Amino acid sequence: MAAAEGNAAPQSSNHAAQPRSWHGIVLETLKRNDVRIIPYVPDRVLTGLIKGLHADPFFTTFPTAREEEAVGIVSGAWMGGVRGAVLMQTSGFATLANVLASLAIPYQIPLIMFVSERGTLGEFNYGQSLVCRTMRPVLDSLAMEHHTITRLDELEFIVDRSIKQAVTTQAPVALILSPLLTGGKVFDK
Amino acid sequence: MDTAMRNTKVMNRFDLTSRLLAKLQNEEAVIGGIGNTNFDLWAAGHRPQNFYMLGSMGLAFPIALGVALAQPERRVFALEGDGSLLMQLGSLTTIATLAPANLTMVVMDNGIYQITGAQPTPAAEVGDIVAIAAASGLPNSAWAHDEEDFERLVEEALSATGPTLIGVRIDDKPGVGTTRRDPVQIRERFMLGLGVREPL
Repeated sequence: MAAAEGNAAPQSSNHAAQPRSWHGIVLETLKRNDVRIIPYVPDRVLTGLIKGLHADPFFTTFPTAREEEAVGIVSGAWMGGVRGAVLMQTSGFATLANVLASLAIPYQIPLIMFVSERGTLGEFNYGQSLVCRTMRPVLDSLAMEHHTITRLDELEFIVDRSIKQAVTTQAPVALILSPLLTGGKVFDK
Repeated sequence: MDTAMRNTKVMNRFDLTSRLLAKLQNEEAVIGGIGNTNFDLWAAGHRPQNFYMLGSMGLAFPIALGVALAQPERRVFALEGDGSLLMQLGSLTTIATLAPANLTMVVMDNGIYQITGAQPTPAAEVGDIVAIAAASGLPNSAWAHDEEDFERLVEEALSATGPTLIGVRIDDKPGVGTTRRDPVQIRERFMLGLGVREPL
């Protein structure tokens, strides 16, 4: 069993010539930090990451019916000694206030969440833009650590440091993947 | 699959929880769902491998699934109320897909939200939890006909090769005890009990 508080040593990742994709960097950083169980509720923006995770047997990657369910699963896994992370989109995060306030935070569980940000920078669905506005106020009202990642050159640093901080301080973190990083979802009809 | 709910005896949550714990000899993990379900787990006698939920209604099975995935050598039991399970029916399909052999789910079904004033659940007159579980891809789902049948199903579950679900009809009695509401200590002691932590 892996010790929940053990720190994986950072490795240099030299993938020379080819520019690295954002999802490739996320996958490698998860692996380097021994984050293995990845339940998700899918999002088109996350497709590349989800495919990469499924293709890599290091990870146990699977869909759940609701984001809250995924939070329960990684919470149980962490208590059992295995780290996990949840993937979701903005509207999925909006379903989580209760589980954050009644499980992750009071039980001091290092819940690691990746949220692909919809609702801004070219949103075409008014409901998505409205629900997006609830995300940061909810995170702030619970005094939760969160970062909005906009730049590829900052991605690895933010993800790596945030995972380590979540584990060592036993506190959840939300990593918001901005359309500036991922390209987002655009109106195409 | 045995979905003959209406022929099952109405039993008692605390009694069944005590019978379950008496069968556990190998440090099996037990996750108690919100409210009366974990109150009776607490009252039946604290074990280091017990986890008590003080919120997050509906997540007993997902939390237990996480423990079961992390520790495949350990048997994991989850105790959940029918009202709670109705909030996360989709989790049954997740469990069916991952099919952890070491996970057993027990649904305490009284058809009511006992703790909030005994209002009937929307499923009370129409739904059959065990049939729903079977249709979700969990063929090893059965109603316990009486206490002896429950004990038999628990013993079967202890050596099962796939996830199992046991439905029990229970009365409208409240929980016998009240869990101490100390989430950090509950979580830390559970991790000690699972061998993940060492004492300071």
